[in-house]
Amino acid sequence: MEILVCARRVPDTSENEIELNSAGNDIERDDLVYSINEPDNYAVEEALQIVARVGGSVTVVTVGGEDDEEILRREMAMGASHGVLISDDAFSGSDGRGIATILKAFVQKGHYDLILTGVQAEDGGAQVGGMLAAMLDYPFASLVNSIEFLGDGKLKISREVEGGNKEMNAIDLPCVLSIQTGINEPRYVGMRGIRQVASAPIPTLGVSDLGLDPSSVGETAARVKRVDYFVPAQGKGAEILQGKREEIVDKLIELVTAKGGLQ
Amino acid sequence: MTAIATAAGGIQSPAQATYWFIHGRVLFLMIHLLGLTCFSYIVAKRLVPLLRGEGDFRFDRPFLRLGRVLKFWLGQWKHPRYGLAGTIHILVFTGFILLATRAFSLVLGVADSFAMPGSVGHIYDVIKDYATTIVFLCMVIAAVRRLVLKPARYAVPAKYGKGHTADAVFLLALIATLMVADSLFAASKAAFQSQLGQPAEFLAALSLPWMLKNALISTPLSTLQNLHLGGYLVHDLTFFFLLCYRPFGIQFHVETSLFTVYFAKLDREILKPVRWGVSDEHLDQVKSFGVKTFEDFTWKHMLDFYSCADCGRCSDNCPANAVGRPLSPRFLTIKARDYSFQHYPMFGSSGNGKALIGSIYSEDEIWSCTTCGACEEECPLLVEYIDKIVDLRRGMIDDGNVPQSLQKPLKALESRGNPYGKLEKKKADWARARDFQQVCNVRVLDKNNAADTLYFVDSITSYDDRMQAIGRATARILDHVGENFGILGAAEKDSGHEVRRFGEETLFMALRDHNVAAIKASGVQRIVTADPHAYNALKHDYKNVPPVEHISQVIAREVKAAKVKFNPVENGNDTYTFHDPCYLGRHNQIYNAPRDVLDAIPGLKRVEMSRSRDRSFCCGGGGLMLFYEPKEDQRMGVKRVQMAAEAGANVIVTACPFCMVNIEDAIKVAGLEGKMTAIDLTELVDQQIVHESPKAA
Repeated sequence: MEILVCARRVPDTSENEIELNSAGNDIERDDLVYSINEPDNYAVEEALQIVARVGGSVTVVTVGGEDDEEILRREMAMGASHGVLISDDAFSGSDGRGIATILKAFVQKGHYDLILTGVQAEDGGAQVGGMLAAMLDYPFASLVNSIEFLGDGKLKISREVEGGNKEMNAIDLPCVLSIQTGINEPRYVGMRGIRQVASAPIPTLGVSDLGLDPSSVGETAARVKRVDYFVPAQGKGAEILQGKREEIVDKLIELVTAKGGLQ
Repeated sequence: MTAIATAAGGIQSPAQATYWFIHGRVLFLMIHLLGLTCFSYIVAKRLVPLLRGEGDFRFDRPFLRLGRVLKFWLGQWKHPRYGLAGTIHILVFTGFILLATRAFSLVLGVADSFAMPGSVGHIYDVIKDYATTIVFLCMVIAAVRRLVLKPARYAVPAKYGKGHTADAVFLLALIATLMVADSLFAASKAAFQSQLGQPAEFLAALSLPWMLKNALISTPLSTLQNLHLGGYLVHDLTFFFLLCYRPFGIQFHVETSLFTVYFAKLDREILKPVRWGVSDEHLDQVKSFGVKTFEDFTWKHMLDFYSCADCGRCSDNCPANAVGRPLSPRFLTIKARDYSFQHYPMFGSSGNGKALIGSIYSEDEIWSCTTCGACEEECPLLVEYIDKIVDLRRGMIDDGNVPQSLQKPLKALESRGNPYGKLEKKKADWARARDFQQVCNVRVLDKNNAADTLYFVDSITSYDDRMQAIGRATARILDHVGENFGILGAAEKDSGHEVRRFGEETLFMALRDHNVAAIKASGVQRIVTADPHAYNALKHDYKNVPPVEHISQVIAREVKAAKVKFNPVENGNDTYTFHDPCYLGRHNQIYNAPRDVLDAIPGLKRVEMSRSRDRSFCCGGGGLMLFYEPKEDQRMGVKRVQMAAEAGANVIVTACPFCMVNIEDAIKVAGLEGKMTAIDLTELVDQQIVHESPKAA
C-alpha cells in the first residue's frame, strides 16, 4: 500500500514557553524549538506499521520552508521511504484551504492508496484533512484510533466517540484519515538515526512543479486571515490555587470531591 | 567384579586388578580417555558462541589481572560477605585446590602406588585426609541448607521456571560421593594392611578415611579388597561424570571462574564502548548498536553466563528485584545461559540469532535497572551486569524501542540540553533569587569572567525548584571557603550521565562534546559538583577535562584544614543517618568524606543503616529514571526510608539531588512525614557553618 502522510513542523509545546511578540499578532519565535506536530508522528508510525503488515511504502510531505526539512529527516529516520518538501514563496500566508489545495495538487501527481494526517496541528485548526478529502472527492474519517486492512480496497477503522465509546467504520480506499494520538506508540528516533538519513535526497517542489495557479494559494487566496493573537485574561471561573504543593494538592482534592469527582 | 587378593603381597591395586575380565589398567585408561574426550568435545562446543561473540579487549595489564586472580579467585575475597555460605565456599574451594593433586594422582596415576616424595608426601597425605573430610562435611551442610533451611535467595520465582534445588543437591551428592569413594579407597587399604600386620598407610586422626578405616578394621580381607577396588572405580566414574556434567549447569564455574576473574573488567566505573576498537568518530559506520541477539554479547559477557554459580547474591542485593520490578540480575544471566545451551546444542547446528528482547528478556526488565551496581559489588565471580544492561538498552534505542515516558525527555535533551525542555537562558535562574544574590553572587563564566573553579550544576539542580536549594547551598559553601568559582549558565548542558546509561550513546556524545568545549573555553583549572551523577560523568565518561571533585570531598578537606567550623546541631534529639548515593559510594568509593563532615558537626548523633557504604540500597535512580514509569510493587525509596527508620534515624542525609527527590517523595508515601526528614549534605553544612564575623577590636 502506498501511504502519504501530511506532516507539519510546529513549536514544541512541552519545550517552549510561549509568549506573545511585541506586536501582539504572533508568538515570540526567537527562542523556540520546533518538532514534528505530535499527532503527525503517530500518523507516520501508523503508516509504517501498516506497510510492515501489508507491504508498500510511506511518503511524508510537508508544506513549509527550508527549516521544515528537519522533520522530514526525522520521519525518514523512523522508516519513511520518501520525504517531500513543498516550498514556494507563493505559498506563504496560505490558510487551511490553501494548504489543502497545495496538497491536493501533490496527491494528484502520485498514486496513493491512503492519506493520513494528524488529528490536528498543535498550532492549527484540524481543517486540512477534511478539506483535502473533499477536494479529492475521497472518503474521509477523523479522530481515527485504529486501522485494520480488510483487503479488497477496504479498511476497518475505529474512532473514539465522546464519553470513551468506540465507533467502528468501514471505509473504501483511497481515503483520507486523520489520526488520533494514542493509536500506537511511535518509535524513538535519535540523532544517530537522523544522521544515517542525512544524505537521503529530499526533493523540493514549488508552484510550477505542482502545476498550481499562484493566485489559488498564498495570502491573496486566503479567505481566513489572522487578525490577532492573545493570551486570554484569567476568567472569573478559573481559580489559581496558591500555596505549598501539599496544600495545593489537598485543596484540589477537596474541590474535586466537593464536585463529586472523587468518591 | 573379580578381585583376587594376593595374600602374601598385600592389597591389590586397581591397576593390577581385573574388573569383569578387563585388566584394570586397560579399563581405567579407557575410562580416562573417554572422559577427557567427552570433556574436550563439550568444552569445544561451549566455546563456539564465544568465538561468534563480539570482541572485548581484556588482554592488557596482565600483572594487575593476576593480582586480582590472587585476591578474588584464590583469595575468595568476596565470600566472607555472606557468612555461612561464604565460609562453606571457602572451605570447599580450598579443599578442591588441595585435592586437585590427589585427584590427578588417582586419575592419571593408575599406578600401583603413588605418593609425593619424602616428608612433603606425608604432610600432603594429612592435609588431603582433612580436606576430604571438610569437603564432605560441607556437602552435608550445604545439602541441609538447600533442603531444610532454604535461604530465600535460592528460590526460583514461577516466572523463571522450576526450582534449582534438585540440580544443586545432585551436584552436592556427586561431590560427596567423590569424597567418600576416595576415603574408602584409602581406608580399605589401610585396614587391609593393618590386619596383615603390614606397615599401614597413615591416615590423619578423626578424618573421614580414618573413621572408615576404624569401622572396617575387622572386615574380611576379601571385602576390603573389593571395597578398595570399588572405591577407586566409583571415584573414577564419578570424577569423569562430574567433569562432563559440570558444563551443563552452575558447576561449570569450577572450570571457568579462573578465566572469568582474570578477564574481569578492571575499570569498573568506565562504561563499555559501543564497539571495542571503534573510535567515536567512526561510530556512525557501525551498522547496529548494542546487543540485539545473543551473538551481540561480547565473548567475555558470554563467559560470565557460563561462570554464574547461581548463588543469588546479586538479586539478593538488587533494589529493583527487592521492590518487585521485573528484573533479577541472577535470571538475566541464567536466562542467557539457558538460551546459549539451547541454541548451541551438543549435537546439531546452532540456531539463528533471535531478538533477545521479546523472547528471553522483556523491555521493562531491561529498563528497570538503576545501574546502582549492587549486584556487581556482591558477585564473588566479578560477573558484569551494568555493561550488559546498557548494551541491551543501546540495542533497543537503536531499534527505536523506547517507552514514550523516556522519549519526551530524550527529545528535550536533544533540542534543549536538559530533560525538562526548559529554556537554556533560564539555566542560571537558581542563582538569581534576590535574597540569595545579595549574599552570594554566582558569576556566569565567559570571555570577561574567568575563574579557577567551575561549579558544574547539571540539569536537576538548575531547574528543579526544590533542588535549586542544593545549588545555592553549594555556592555559599564554595564562597565561604574562598573558592574563586563560576558556572557555565546557558552554556552548560546536561552531563548526559543517564543518557549514556540509558543507551543513547549518540546523544550522550553530543552533550559531552558540547560541555567539554564549554569547559575548555571557560579556562577553569578544576571542577566541583554536588551531583554524583555529574561527578561520575565528568570523571569517567568525559576525557580531557580538568580534575573534578564532589562537594563532599571539598568540604571534608576544608574541615580537616580547620577552615570550616560548625555550630552544634540545634536539636540534640535528632538522629542522623547517611544514605550513600550509588554514584558517590559504590561507583567512586567516596564513603568517608561525607561521614567525616557529619562527624565534625558538634552534637550530631549519627547511626548507620544496616545497608550502607558498598551495600547501600539505591533510592530509585536518577536522571532519566525519574521519567520512567516502572512496574513495581513498592518504591525503592520507601524501602530505603524504612531502613533509616529501622536504624533509629529521623534525619536522612544524602549528597545527591536525585536521592533527595526519591527520598523526600518516599517519606510522604511511607507516611513518615513529620517523623522523618531528608537533607542534602550541602544544605546541612550551609546551615551549620560558622560564619566568622570580624571581631571588634
